[in-house]
Amino acid sequence: MEWETVIGLEIHAQLATKSKIFSGAATAYGAEPNTQACAVDLGLPGTLPVLNKEAVRMAVKFGLAIHAQIDEFSVFARKNYFYPDLPKGYQISQYEKPIVGPGYIDIEVEEAGPIRIGITRAHLEEDAGKSLHEDFHGMSGIDLNRAGTPLLEIVSEPDMRSASQAVAYMKKIHSLVRYLGICDGNMQEGSFRCDANVSVRLKGEEKLGTRTELKNLNSFRFIERAINYEVERQIDLLESGGEVIQETRLYDADKDETRPMRSKEEANDYRYFPDPDLLPVQVSRELVDEVRETLPELPDARKKRFMEEFNLSAYDAGLLTADRELADYFEIAVNTANGESKLTANWINVELNASLNRENKTLSESPVSAEQLGELILRIKDNTISGKIAKQVFASLWEGKGSSADEIIEKEGLKQMSDSGELEKLVNEVLQANPAQVEQYRAGKTKVLGFFVGQIMKQTGGKANPGQVNQLLKSKLDQ
Amino acid sequence: MHNKTLIELSKSLHNREFSSVELTQHFLDRIRQYDQTLNSFITVTEEIALAQAKAADKKLASGKAGPLTGIPLAQKDIFCTKGVRTSCASLMLDNFISPYDATVVEKINDAGMVMLGKTNMDEFAMGSSNETSYYGAVKNPWNTDHVPGGSSGGSAAAVAARLTPVATGTDTGGSIRQPAALCGITGIKPTYGTVSRYGMIAFASSLDQGGPMARSAEDAALMLNLMTGFDERDSTSIEREKEDYTRSLDNSLKGLKVGLPKEYFSEDLNADIAGVIEGAIKEIEKLGATIKEISLPNTRLSIPAYYVIAPAECSSNLSRMDGVRFGYRCKDPKDLYDLYARSRGEAFGDEVTRRILIGTYALSAGYYDAYYLKAQKIRRLISNDFKNVFNEVDVIIGPTSPTVAFRLGEKSKDNDPVSMYLADIYTISVNLAGLPGMSIPVGQVEGLPVGLQLIGNYFQEAKLLNVAHQFQQVTDWHQKSPEGF
Amino acid sequence: MSLDKKDVEAIARLARIEIKPEQIDETASQLSSILEFVEQMNTIDTSAIEPVAHPLDLTARLREDAVTEPNQRELFQSIAPAVENGLYLVPKVIE
Repeated sequence: MEWETVIGLEIHAQLATKSKIFSGAATAYGAEPNTQACAVDLGLPGTLPVLNKEAVRMAVKFGLAIHAQIDEFSVFARKNYFYPDLPKGYQISQYEKPIVGPGYIDIEVEEAGPIRIGITRAHLEEDAGKSLHEDFHGMSGIDLNRAGTPLLEIVSEPDMRSASQAVAYMKKIHSLVRYLGICDGNMQEGSFRCDANVSVRLKGEEKLGTRTELKNLNSFRFIERAINYEVERQIDLLESGGEVIQETRLYDADKDETRPMRSKEEANDYRYFPDPDLLPVQVSRELVDEVRETLPELPDARKKRFMEEFNLSAYDAGLLTADRELADYFEIAVNTANGESKLTANWINVELNASLNRENKTLSESPVSAEQLGELILRIKDNTISGKIAKQVFASLWEGKGSSADEIIEKEGLKQMSDSGELEKLVNEVLQANPAQVEQYRAGKTKVLGFFVGQIMKQTGGKANPGQVNQLLKSKLDQ
Repeated sequence: MHNKTLIELSKSLHNREFSSVELTQHFLDRIRQYDQTLNSFITVTEEIALAQAKAADKKLASGKAGPLTGIPLAQKDIFCTKGVRTSCASLMLDNFISPYDATVVEKINDAGMVMLGKTNMDEFAMGSSNETSYYGAVKNPWNTDHVPGGSSGGSAAAVAARLTPVATGTDTGGSIRQPAALCGITGIKPTYGTVSRYGMIAFASSLDQGGPMARSAEDAALMLNLMTGFDERDSTSIEREKEDYTRSLDNSLKGLKVGLPKEYFSEDLNADIAGVIEGAIKEIEKLGATIKEISLPNTRLSIPAYYVIAPAECSSNLSRMDGVRFGYRCKDPKDLYDLYARSRGEAFGDEVTRRILIGTYALSAGYYDAYYLKAQKIRRLISNDFKNVFNEVDVIIGPTSPTVAFRLGEKSKDNDPVSMYLADIYTISVNLAGLPGMSIPVGQVEGLPVGLQLIGNYFQEAKLLNVAHQFQQVTDWHQKSPEGF
Repeated sequence: MSLDKKDVEAIARLARIEIKPEQIDETASQLSSILEFVEQMNTIDTSAIEPVAHPLDLTARLREDAVTEPNQRELFQSIAPAVENGLYLVPKVIE
């Protein structure tokens, strides 16, 4: 039997507002418990919500970026259930009329090429607090700092057919929300989270299989592993004559398995109804136009431009535009380097990337600025230094030994030797000192040339211009 | 001292005939003397009152006082008052010391008024007789075997018995107007969105509205000036120019077009009350108004729609009462479910429980459209009825309540909640439509007051107060006070 | 709509309100009579009517994104039934 996997994702992106969606409490991460939970967040009797304008603008921004319909009116509804991290006994969310209607995004995966993933809707809602399970005499502790943080819940169509497609989609959305500046994308802090609806069906079957909802997928790696585990579990079940039960399952990263969530055992009846404390939200044409003006160039468009304008491969352009900051870095560097795009792309994707990884730094923490890198590339381009020396200069820049490539080249005397008189003298010396090798060359073993180049490089500390050295050697030897 | 109107009190205070401390002490003494009988206060805030009175006297001495500075009032125990228990007449909030002030309380404090205490009410404002209070029923000062009406029964009884010059109330389905009628005082529920709901513990968010309960239309207008105004903390608050509700009190009623809805004068209305109301209508006619019969055909659907919407909203609004962050918590909960179910089961009274259950059911899967959505549509029909009528008339008048104050236990004893719900037949439509409505005393039946209801178009509070004030210039029902207090 | 004992138990569970076993029958009959009463709504066709959201059909006013609320944990937790280390305590939460 051949099985097909069907996956839909619900992504929760915390919006990067300063204050909460319905109150003036701060949203900063990592504060002491309950110090950022105001009367409204605590659901004290008599308190009322007032919607944050910025959250609305951010949602509209996202909608425009996924080519979605933005209806003029959207409605906040109450989702009623009891849970200690939900102070009011209901979550303010959107149900029947979400702010962002149907849209889509294109992803690329190696095995299948470009795929269009439908986005059913994206709606605004408030985040819940956190239950801490360390033992307080057999009790749990509740921290409501996170309660009321604005979330954009992005619901996809069940358009993904493998865990790797799901990851590619999630990465694409991750890149998009960061491009838009509406979410910091920090998965460790929970600013970007995902639940996956997973089902399997026999290939060719139209009807969807019974799905399970996987929760707690807080890294790209976990998503892939959790889905793969779950797909296998479902197939095993079905092949052994069993049935998949519709349920919510929690991914346990330590055991690399999914298990049913006990708290979700009881079928919930959320009793949605329009929140009478909040009136319908009107998103005017003017607001949409105003937000449209602030849209940055989006990853897909930028990638295309990078390929055209800088003559980059799809692969390089894809790598460079996946992150807005990285793409900005590239553009500054390449402009400084007089449009030397291939070299700039390589330096960023290889040298810079390796250095950042080695020291576990993010791009914004890079000690080498885009301008500095661009200047360095200029010096490679105009033959002031060789590629090899450039690595040395880069390392010095990284360590802060100078403020520019030129300064380091000057200070450390790394300038390439291109004085032909001086080089010629050196070449003559090396040829005289190694008559045996000269003989070998002249006997047809031209590979020996490399030996001579090496000797000269050694004596110049790598500063000789390799092309010039080659040329000189050849002209002498071929005489 | 206790029979003076707000204007008179203001004059006396400004002329230093007596101090705010003396005035406050006088009302505190009256509360001590009479409230054992009436049970109109849940909490008397003597210390705060005297401190506020002292501060008010300073302001008065320095000439920085406003018109109501130094005048005592009582707050319905549904308004959050910082540092003072705000119980909503429920065991659930018996230990709830509010950490903040409601917007209305802030405004009243800023004006330098003096809070005597927090008045009794139906639990979470759910009731029409004040019998559902955890702190016991309030007695009607006109006859202590009778109810004061509800839910603002404590405020109504306290004002009627002159235990406070004025009080705040809230009105979700008649909770200001009906007790005002049953206790013979003047109460007004303004247009929905006029008085901030921030800090007013929600019963049914789309219907709740605060307002003053006073002894006259003029006093009510002065209080309304204080209580109203746009509040950025309440999304349903209406952004509009502040108005002076006293500005047209003295206008003549000549040419005023008054409508009498025939549905309000059906056989449900007690005949004696009908007689009193007709007398009042004649007075208003004498003042120059023209009277015509009108129809509000969907009136009969107002109570059914209300008893879906209000419970549905309250079932959700009261979910925050869960024993976790404030309020009542059951002893030794064995797990999370037990914490919720027992805390709520033990602390909510029968009527509150019933309404939460009805509301939960009405919103549950498969029933939402048939109940809640249907009711919200009927609301539109009821609003449209009024819209049509206000094309023809300026003000609608009729009875506030189909009966005078009933006996304690009369409607609560036989466990038939629906018979109690019918007490609000004339008041509920006004909440569903969000219109302003008021009640003024216009007579008595068997020694118990009868209220006349006035309903205006949106933002026509000043017009209602004008009609009421003109009526009160030629009659003295509002000046009558119950014997023995 | 008439509710039986089981319905009442299910609704009470959803609403997280414990009802004493001896009160369930009476609650069922009271709720049934209320439902029967409100079903008068069904005597009218409302299929073409828009439901009301705000009596004045207003739309939401939005707030500027600014932090205005200071930390008041001590005050807020002074009225809490059980707190420790700044956390609200509840019986163990099972995920």
